[in-house]
Amino acid sequence: MSATGIGARVVRKEDHRFITGKGRYVDDINRPGQSHAYFVRSPHAHATIKSVDASEALKKPGVLAVFTGADIAADKIGGLICGWMIHSKDGSPMKAGAHPALAQGKARYVGDHVAVVIAETLAQARDGAEAVVVDYEELPPLPDMTLATAKGAAAIHAEAPDNIVYNWHLGDKAATDAAFAKAKHVTKLDIVNNRLVPNAMEPRAAIGEYDDGDGVFTLYTTSQNPHVARLVLSAFIGIAPENKLRVIAPDVGGGFGSKIFIYAEETICVWAAKKVGRPVKWTADRTEEFLAVAHGRDHLTHAELALDGDNRILGMRVSTKANLGAYLSTFASSVPTYLYAPLLSGQYNIPSIYCEVDGVYTTTAPVDAYRGAGRPEATYVVERLIEVAARERRMDPTAFREMNFVRQFPHQTPVIMMYDAGNYPLALKTAMDMHDVKTFAQRRSESERRGKLRGLGYSAYIEACGIAPSAAVGSLGAGVGLWESAEVRVNPIGTVEVLTGSHAHGQGHETTFAQVVADRLGIPIENVSIVHGDTDKVQMGMGTYGSRSGAVGISAIVKALDKVVAKGKKVASHVLEASEGDIEFKDGQFQVKGTDKKAGFGDIALQAYIAHKFNGQELEPGLKEGAFYDPTNFTFPAGVHICELEIDPSTGATEIKKWTAVDDFGNVINPMIVEGQVHGGIAQGVGQALAEQAVYDKSGQLLTASYMDYCMPRADDLPSFEIGMITTPAPSNPLGLKGCGEAGAIAAPPAVINAITDALGHEDIAMPATPQAVWRACQKRPSRLAAE
Amino acid sequence: MAMTMSGEVVLPADKATVWAKLNDPETLKNSIPGCQSLEKTSDTSFAAVAKIKIGPVSATFRGKVNLEDLDPPNGYRIAGEGEGGVAGFAKGGAVVKLSDDPAGTKLAYDVEAQIGGKLAQLGARLINGVAKKLADEFFAKFAEAVKAGA
Repeated sequence: MSATGIGARVVRKEDHRFITGKGRYVDDINRPGQSHAYFVRSPHAHATIKSVDASEALKKPGVLAVFTGADIAADKIGGLICGWMIHSKDGSPMKAGAHPALAQGKARYVGDHVAVVIAETLAQARDGAEAVVVDYEELPPLPDMTLATAKGAAAIHAEAPDNIVYNWHLGDKAATDAAFAKAKHVTKLDIVNNRLVPNAMEPRAAIGEYDDGDGVFTLYTTSQNPHVARLVLSAFIGIAPENKLRVIAPDVGGGFGSKIFIYAEETICVWAAKKVGRPVKWTADRTEEFLAVAHGRDHLTHAELALDGDNRILGMRVSTKANLGAYLSTFASSVPTYLYAPLLSGQYNIPSIYCEVDGVYTTTAPVDAYRGAGRPEATYVVERLIEVAARERRMDPTAFREMNFVRQFPHQTPVIMMYDAGNYPLALKTAMDMHDVKTFAQRRSESERRGKLRGLGYSAYIEACGIAPSAAVGSLGAGVGLWESAEVRVNPIGTVEVLTGSHAHGQGHETTFAQVVADRLGIPIENVSIVHGDTDKVQMGMGTYGSRSGAVGISAIVKALDKVVAKGKKVASHVLEASEGDIEFKDGQFQVKGTDKKAGFGDIALQAYIAHKFNGQELEPGLKEGAFYDPTNFTFPAGVHICELEIDPSTGATEIKKWTAVDDFGNVINPMIVEGQVHGGIAQGVGQALAEQAVYDKSGQLLTASYMDYCMPRADDLPSFEIGMITTPAPSNPLGLKGCGEAGAIAAPPAVINAITDALGHEDIAMPATPQAVWRACQKRPSRLAAE
Repeated sequence: MAMTMSGEVVLPADKATVWAKLNDPETLKNSIPGCQSLEKTSDTSFAAVAKIKIGPVSATFRGKVNLEDLDPPNGYRIAGEGEGGVAGFAKGGAVVKLSDDPAGTKLAYDVEAQIGGKLAQLGARLINGVAKKLADEFFAKFAEAVKAGA
């Protein structure tokens, strides 16, 4: 391993820019003649819009235009789309209501976009918005799934009269019922997966621009996938054909899934730029983000696990209601279905699984993918069920897991997935050793002497990353293929630009991708630049989400690099006057096998461009290759996290004392960056378990719309993490990468709750386990201390 | 979100005087905190403009106020709804009951209100405190008016 190659802890190249304030985010960009947009949002959860009167607003100083749903309809601007078709049990397609970028006739959640005011300055746009008079007639608010699915509830969309978008299922119901019929023990659990608001450090922002000279629109946007944004804005929303629409996602300050989607605000900015003949800028304030960014999670689940007399798992039955919010966001339909149920087998050998999911419309913000997207929800179900089953059977939870682990690969689960590599017992053993589980009992006694309750919780998670084989996801309803593209441009002096369809918004691609290129081409890492995030530079790409940039994005780069080396060998055969088959490429040198005749990578690059040593008709000059890589399987990162915590029963305060994570991400390019991803993921998972919750009241008002009311995890809520890794390379991609971006957020919530319930001595607590909830749980039943 | 509040004050005047003041737009206008205008649109309804600050949100509410369930001189329900533009909306009402008291007239009120939009998003934690403060301000001024008119 070189100091900068694959496996090295290379300091992030991009950090100089970020920590010296040189990052260039959308809000840092200002275009000549720029105007500002401010959205008039519905204060009602559910209301008919009888009229919108902009006459006073248009008289306000600086106001250039006010647009409503009628204006976008007149321009035939299409609605926002949901790109994954889900079919119900009876084969009928999901019932999707229209999602106009500005409300037409009805507002369906607090924060729904009703009108936009465009003015010279942001303050003038706000003042203009103040003067827009909207006449609402309130309709019944339906902010939760129970209200929305109650008999006689008002329809949020006419297309879904009972507010059910789909009732979908996966697995063999008859086989699962048969497994339960012969079970000796059944564990049953009701589970709430709390609703979260993604909180990227940079809120969403957009600038739309129109060049009247050549008819080209440009959109600067906070996107994780600018090409997908361009595709949707062109092909479905109808802003402009793709060749007349450039989408740039410059530095983006965190996404966590929330910036995958194509939202109303950027659509309006780019459309309105032509209408007003000026660039139009919008930057969300934090409360707008709480109101209108796509939220995450929000499931109600009943789950059952069937065991035989030896405590082997026979089957699993899961019934989930998933809140999809007021409109179907870009990938909303897939999150509680194909990104959820196929992970219900966990790390375990479960012969039969049956899962049914109702997707429900409510008068709340749309819900879509958030770090982990379906997999945290599945893992929470599996790992809570496993832990509770072990406790009910009076088995050590690690022995119960051991007994039921998948041990042979490949392993076909009953829910689509074929696990190709892993070593689950090794991860568990490694984690237990690192954590010093053996001496936990002493630590617990010591806590109890101080009047504290100590608990230990496990989470043995698996996830499916590297999404995804295009034909496979196509057969499941995805509207796109999930390959990735790369282009490697070698300059005549041997420096390299790599154009990737992946997008970095905190992941450190400029470093890790460059490490791979430097390693494969044997050139200094400084000679490699990674280019991404601009549809005018990169031809096409599917973007970054689902921990796919390594397994899919880098695989595309590797494929293109292989082509570069192959072409380099052809050039080298002329330069070194040897046959192409005798040229070897190693450590940046093209060498004639068995001789000392060789030429460096840079020399061959120069020769490729000056083209003096070969016939340009027989061998094309230049050194530039592209590749599209379509994965052959998902990848399956897995691992074990152990959370040890202490509860103060007099205050309900929970303190995490120790956290051990042992993950199997396959081969790792930069361990420092991977550890950073694990740290951040755990912090987000702990946030879900202990603090975060989006709350709508009965009238559909969002009560948690600022950091006063929405509690984010802080550094002092977290211990210093113990991180370990084991490696089983992914067989499905050339570098054996699995992906690490979401693992912590997936693993952490059940580890925390399993530890809290271990400390409490009962299972009666839901996320977020705030001090108040924990204190109540301590009062509800005798705690472990009182019982003993 | 919903907000409820109740309380009572004793006013140094007889029931008939208090009742008259409760129906006098000028008195109401002077007593309602932040009220910029209150115009009678019928015997039992008014158009009102009031400027109110709740925590970080300040807004000018334009709305209508109706007097309902009139039971002179024992009480009524005063109901209103106002749109505060970008700040959101408020609507609700108060049941007001008058009864004789050794020191004059006892006025009991029972308020139920709904707020929405930015008011609920940012002001939720503050709304009860603000409502109590606004009610105190209202009755302090109203008591002065009653005293002056008694």
